[in-house]
Amino acid sequence: MLHAIFAASTAAESVNPLVPAPYDMIWSTVVFAIILVFFWKKILPNVSALLEARSAAIEGNIEKADVAQREAEAALAQYTAQLAEARAEAGKIREVARVDGQKIVTDAKDVATTEALRITQTAHAQIEAERQSALVSLRGEVGSLALDLATGVIGQALTDDAKSKALVDRFLADLESSEKAAK
Amino acid sequence: MLEAPNQEIALLVNAVTSLVVTSTEGGGFTGPSINEFFPPVIFFAGTLFEMNRIVLIRFLLAAVIIVLFWLGTRNLRLIPTKAQSLVEMSLDVVRVNIAEDLLGKKDGKRFLPLLTAIFFTVLAFNLPGIIPGLNIAASSTFGFPLVLAVIAYVAFIYAGLKKHPGTFLRSSLFPPGVPWPIYFIVTPIEFLSIFILRPITLALRLLMNMVAGHLLLVLCFSATDFFFFSASLEGSEWARFFGIGTFAFGFVFTAFEIVVSVLQAYIFTLLTTVYIQLALAEEH
Repeated sequence: MLHAIFAASTAAESVNPLVPAPYDMIWSTVVFAIILVFFWKKILPNVSALLEARSAAIEGNIEKADVAQREAEAALAQYTAQLAEARAEAGKIREVARVDGQKIVTDAKDVATTEALRITQTAHAQIEAERQSALVSLRGEVGSLALDLATGVIGQALTDDAKSKALVDRFLADLESSEKAAK
Repeated sequence: MLEAPNQEIALLVNAVTSLVVTSTEGGGFTGPSINEFFPPVIFFAGTLFEMNRIVLIRFLLAAVIIVLFWLGTRNLRLIPTKAQSLVEMSLDVVRVNIAEDLLGKKDGKRFLPLLTAIFFTVLAFNLPGIIPGLNIAASSTFGFPLVLAVIAYVAFIYAGLKKHPGTFLRSSLFPPGVPWPIYFIVTPIEFLSIFILRPITLALRLLMNMVAGHLLLVLCFSATDFFFFSASLEGSEWARFFGIGTFAFGFVFTAFEIVVSVLQAYIFTLLTTVYIQLALAEEH
């Protein structure tokens, strides 16, 4: 390769490109040293610090996001728990209300039954009393009526109280017994 | 992988040269010579510190690197600006793709300054070959590739000696697990390949790529100039059409030189890293 290129050069010079000139090496070294020190002491430490700061920032952000995520999850869990609690409480209240309602209904029924019973009894008692009083007054009236009738029939005053009373009673008893017999 | 393009270049040089020679029998055309790489001294003539155009270009490039990176990292932000992303991306080529990939985080960080400096210096020194006004790669004289190769050499031997004090040289020259008679063959080969060929190939690969690239460009463009403007072509004006061809070649090889510049910088850094990695590895 080299030969081909050197053959291309028409001027036959005796300079050998593979023998480095001292000045060439010296200045190369100087320039390279400057660039090396520049990268070593200035650029790379700066860039390295930047990269560290950047990865720290990224990690920090990830951490922040994690914290936020955890907080959100905790809030959600708390909310869910509260919701469940509220539901349970509502259920309990409903249950109590149902039981209470039932009890109220039962109580009301009992009271009504008792009241009805009482009213019935009172009514019965009243009816009985009225019957009794009706019976008594009827007996009196029927007696006197019968006596009047009998007096008219026999033409004799049945004034003797004892006699008339006995008579009426007998008559009534007969009536009752005939009634019973008719039944 | 790199040899193939180089051979192609060589073939092309031959082709172009023969073309130029046949078409310039009238005289007047002078192709590029090796003197391209030894321009006249400008400062400090006669001392060890002579400065010529190439040396001045090196200082200019060092200044460019420093200014670019200084500006690019002056105001670093956690959320990078566009310019900062660009700087970080270019630094990551060395940090992530070379150093950390091959050496791991810890050793990668240790050798990162050296590798970064090598990469950007070689890249910057390669590129002026196609920059108008500079027109010569600052890495195309032997001094620079040699100095870098020596630094890489010192770096990987230092890495090995530091990591395996006492056993580095022995396990390099006498690889464990080999039957002893084989050492008669293996040891000289290992010595040659590790301690002699590695720095030489590092230096020569870079130097020859840049020298070849520069000579090609000079050849293409001086031929273009000759075909278009030379008075010695009077009477055979048709030959001026060759100038279009040589200019096209020059254009293609200018683009090619960009690729070569980046590739050579990458390869130089990568090989240095590989040598350090091999020296650090437990087994040799």
